[in-house]
Amino acid sequence: MKVHEYQAKGILARSGVPIPKGRVVGNPEDAYHAARELGGRVVIKAQVHAGGRGKAGGIQLAQTPEEAEAKAGRMLGSSLVTYQTGGRGVVVKRVLVEEVVPLLRELYLGAVLDRALSRVVVMASTEGGVEIEETATRSPEKIFKEWADPFIGLADFQTRRLAMRLSSDRAIIRQLAGVISGVYAAFLANDASMVEINPLVITDDGRVMALDAKMSFDDSALYRRADVAQMRDPAEEDSLEEEARTQGLSFVRLDGNIGCVVNGAGLAMATMDIVKYFGGSPANFLDIGGSSSPEKVLAAMRVLLADPRVKTVLFNIFGGITRCDDVATGMVQALREIGTPLPVVVRLTGTNEEEGRRILQEVGLEVGSSMEEAVKKAVAKAAEQGGTI
Amino acid sequence: MSILVDTSTRVLVQGITGRDGSFHTRKMKEYGTNVVAGVTPGKGGTEAEGVPVFDTVADAVAAVCPNCSVIYVPAALAADAMLEAAESGLPLVVCITEGLPALDVVKAKAVMQRQGIRLIGPNCPGVISPGTCKVGIMPGSIHQPGSIGVVSRSGTLTYEVVAGLSKAGLGQSTALGIGGDPVIGTTFLDVLELFEKDPETRAVVMIGEIGGNDEERAAEYIMREMTKPVVAFIAGRMAPPGKRMGHAGAIIAGGKGTAAEKTRALEEAGVPVAQVPSDIPGLLRQRGVQ
Repeated sequence: MKVHEYQAKGILARSGVPIPKGRVVGNPEDAYHAARELGGRVVIKAQVHAGGRGKAGGIQLAQTPEEAEAKAGRMLGSSLVTYQTGGRGVVVKRVLVEEVVPLLRELYLGAVLDRALSRVVVMASTEGGVEIEETATRSPEKIFKEWADPFIGLADFQTRRLAMRLSSDRAIIRQLAGVISGVYAAFLANDASMVEINPLVITDDGRVMALDAKMSFDDSALYRRADVAQMRDPAEEDSLEEEARTQGLSFVRLDGNIGCVVNGAGLAMATMDIVKYFGGSPANFLDIGGSSSPEKVLAAMRVLLADPRVKTVLFNIFGGITRCDDVATGMVQALREIGTPLPVVVRLTGTNEEEGRRILQEVGLEVGSSMEEAVKKAVAKAAEQGGTI
Repeated sequence: MSILVDTSTRVLVQGITGRDGSFHTRKMKEYGTNVVAGVTPGKGGTEAEGVPVFDTVADAVAAVCPNCSVIYVPAALAADAMLEAAESGLPLVVCITEGLPALDVVKAKAVMQRQGIRLIGPNCPGVISPGTCKVGIMPGSIHQPGSIGVVSRSGTLTYEVVAGLSKAGLGQSTALGIGGDPVIGTTFLDVLELFEKDPETRAVVMIGEIGGNDEERAAEYIMREMTKPVVAFIAGRMAPPGKRMGHAGAIIAGGKGTAAEKTRALEEAGVPVAQVPSDIPGLLRQRGVQ
């Protein structure tokens, strides 16, 4: 789960990371007042999850409260299109009005879970304001890393060592060490999966400050991080994906026309790949999960059929814990309750396969037992429907 | 022969009285697995699926000497179950449970590594050595004894591949899922080393997916050390960047962990990567596997 910049800054500030003075507002008048409080000259920052805001006009300087009001007014309610949002962009609902920070240097500080070493790694670089991936390719020697012991955490010598890579000024080093410890503490305390401060700046009067902040969180730990969970912004999620999530389905929308219902994430990914391989175009990734009940299948059908681009529905079920008869019962119920003129292609094999087939044959649905045959058939049906491939 | 589990495996089921724990205890026993004990705090002294239940792992170890634990307890309690198994020194712990907080696994894994305990999973289907022992949730009937090692980050996709192998007359020495989470106990690399050493395994099928660089590290090992043929499949070629594809670990982050990168690394290591799962038996035969 991701949060907005102002939320990430709030979390980091609570762990002792200095942030610029600022206020998040939802209308131009409040932007005017915020700018007045902050001394008139401010930065207006669109609060959307996508990166690349600056280049897309989502970060603007205002010289006066009047200008802040006008600029916030143009930004709020408009659609911001960045390289990460896709063509439709995202609607700006809130802007962060912040004091202008005169800076001398821009640094980078981040923390992620290092999957290979199974530890949290804190990364710092003297190249702030540039994407870390870019630095990693262009000048990897400018990225410094320290790995935290799961029990000891990040030791003082490690934060100091990292801080000393970034500056030679003792007062700055001391502040940097505090920020690094704060980032690590915030990571642990909130079950984060990523923290990124880019840029971390040194101001012209010698202060260290997080000018921007991004955080994302481990979805599996949200149950014990209620304060984080309530920061979710449903407006940032695809509405169908959000609907699927509340139904306990794992769903990702793509832009094709073959709706896929699969049990298991690996098989669901492979199904999309194979649809493409045989010349079709998948509309989605959808994993109905391990122990699937008829209700889940019904919910899955609802989500799929809500997408007007879907021209054919493909079921690919390999029964293990999932019982084929459960899936079949759910399908029959779904077809009865929602109904669809679209072709439905079913592949059903594994636990209670015979029973599942019998249930589906009673309502006139043909059932195959090979994944590839079913995929080919779905691709052909979708083409007949005249969908775009 | 096989790796990890065989006829000498004595299984303890943590969470034996739960819905999944009891169902799969029955299925494991039907398959012939030697399930010697179960643990559910507060249910000690009872029986479940014909197996004695204990309050603690230590009690179970003292009474019936299991040498492997399989964990079916809910996500919020599963890391604690791992620590409890580790404390009793069980050499192999298989965690089926999905949805553990990653930082919990970081700690549990560190404890287990220090004690030399092998952790499989979490969020995995388990391990099966066909015909002898099944520790997990995979359907036993699709497997056949043989000499192909199968290792995967997935559950049902593994079943798909295994069923295809069995149908083609290629039985398996051991098939296991290492889990779909970002932090897992045993990686591809670890399992490849085990298969390389196992005299009965003649070839390996590796089923990877997007996210992380476990496949790339495996490719390096294969190029450097592995003498046995390896055939791979990588799921998620169509996955958009930045989106979690069901598994917590299946995400292309910062442009890294794509199927294309993994495929390239494997092909450079001489590993053919199947376009569709049904190509796998043919690719094995091309590499001399009968």
